[in-house]
Amino acid sequence: MTPDAIAGYKARYPAAFGPTRRQRAYRIAGAIAFVAFTIYAFIALDFTWERMWNGLDRLGFVFRFMFPPSSGGYFWEYVHALGETIAMALLGTSCASVVALFVGFLAARNVNTSMLGYFAVRRTLDVIRSIDTLIWGLIFVRVVGLGPFAGVLAIFVSDVGTLSKLYGEAIEAADRRQQEGIRATGANRPEELRYGILPQVFPVFLSNSLYFLESNTRSATILGVVGAGGIGFHLADRIRLNAWDEVCLIIILILIAVSAIDWISRAIRLSLIGEGRAGQAAGRFSSVDFIRGEMSRARA
Amino acid sequence: MTEALPSNSTVAIVERARGEIRRQKRFQTILFVVVAAAAYLAAGYIGEVSLGTLAEGFFGVFTYIYDTAPTLHWATLGEDLASWYWGIERWLLELWKTVLIAFLGTVFGAAGAFFLCFLASANLAPNRIVAFLCRRFLELSRTVPEIVFALIFVFAFQPGPPAGVIAIAIHSMGALGKLFSEVNENIDKGPLEGLRATGSNWYEEIRFGVVPQVLPNFASYTLLRFEINIRAAAIIGIVGAGGIGQELMIAIKQFHREDQSAIVLMIILCVILIDEVGRRIRHRFIGDDMPSRG
Repeated sequence: MTPDAIAGYKARYPAAFGPTRRQRAYRIAGAIAFVAFTIYAFIALDFTWERMWNGLDRLGFVFRFMFPPSSGGYFWEYVHALGETIAMALLGTSCASVVALFVGFLAARNVNTSMLGYFAVRRTLDVIRSIDTLIWGLIFVRVVGLGPFAGVLAIFVSDVGTLSKLYGEAIEAADRRQQEGIRATGANRPEELRYGILPQVFPVFLSNSLYFLESNTRSATILGVVGAGGIGFHLADRIRLNAWDEVCLIIILILIAVSAIDWISRAIRLSLIGEGRAGQAAGRFSSVDFIRGEMSRARA
Repeated sequence: MTEALPSNSTVAIVERARGEIRRQKRFQTILFVVVAAAAYLAAGYIGEVSLGTLAEGFFGVFTYIYDTAPTLHWATLGEDLASWYWGIERWLLELWKTVLIAFLGTVFGAAGAFFLCFLASANLAPNRIVAFLCRRFLELSRTVPEIVFALIFVFAFQPGPPAGVIAIAIHSMGALGKLFSEVNENIDKGPLEGLRATGSNWYEEIRFGVVPQVLPNFASYTLLRFEINIRAAAIIGIVGAGGIGQELMIAIKQFHREDQSAIVLMIILCVILIDEVGRRIRHRFIGDDMPSRG
């Protein structure tokens, strides 16, 4: 290839020869802005060398004292607290599922035909959902006092918000023809919903609820930090007391419990709705199960 | 009528099979109900739930909302609002700091995830032991809840935003590392083989064979994570790790009821705003709510 030809190609396909000068300038400017903003953020958030240095020192201290993990003689108390955690997740999720079964229909445009009613329900759910479970926990601790019951209520309320929305979306995505078929037989409205829609969406509901059981076990472990029962209470307490070996044991217990629940819930999901349908039900979110959990908790 | 049918007729066989299946199914149902009932009774007992307190709790929420709601009069609406939001400047600053915490946490989490994800993906890792170790490490950092990290770091780094940033960064690293390595595992092998044929080393393979393919997916996951982290940053302050949550905790501890409602309302508005902005941005870049795998 002659230099002339190369110059010709360069003129015709500039993008093939790397970024243009202008693009490069933009990139450098972007990088500088990014770095500057990062530095600003560091300063605004009180990062100081002294703080970091002392912090790392203390962190090393914490890790040294974490091993070997020990129960400090409270092993069964921790196991009980762990049971409490799982109980909170189970009760909260189940009650929320039952309520969401009804609210979900109200949050579906094809069922709740009143525009005003639909929007009222949707907005209310949005507000409920935008408050984190932990903040609900704080509120319920004020309302019903310290203990696991506050945690149950916190999980219940925030899940009603999220599950109703997910259920409502599933209902909206349901096939209309089955509903029409039922209507053609002379069924009334409740019957239409019961036989025309519910059988279609129930596997989705079930799969979502089981999934939430899993992720709620996770959030239930930390609800105790604000006094709403469960293992988190002991965790925060031991950290306050500097009992790091016990903290380590509690974290290990949490990890075991969470993975056990994951495993059980997956087994139930598969046995109840079958592999294919479980996949289908989760299909809308299949991008990644994990982010789905986090996202649906928070914004759905 | 059944006696009239010979026992080996088709109808009888089908009926028998049906009866069998129904019995089996009924047995399963009963078993399920019994197990579920036992589980709920146990859970109710452990969870200290009773119907009386349930009702109390339910109505308690409304009482609480009523208690924390400010007294607004139509005639003096402006002044009432001003006294309700007396701390608006400080709270807005804290809200901005919350965003900064999420920003730094996301940046460092994504950076950590970026460095570890190539070592953690099955098709790119230099060897199995490295992959195994990296994966376990990422798993550990995402399974331990942010709040737990925050509690520990608040002890180590003193109360304040740095503890929150580090906690969020570690958790994000675990979460993003998993997602990133899943993206890596679904890449097109062609460019990789081409590079190998030119005699490039591991670093060059990753840099020129993998990174250009995966970067758009990484970016969209990171944006999504930023959104999640703003939420996390808003609540992580409850244990003293800075941001608006810390203000809320102070208001709750000191029984400033009206402040509580003011701050919670600000958090709600902020979250809804971010949802909306995030969705718009994502629609523009990806055209879909979730980036698809591979």
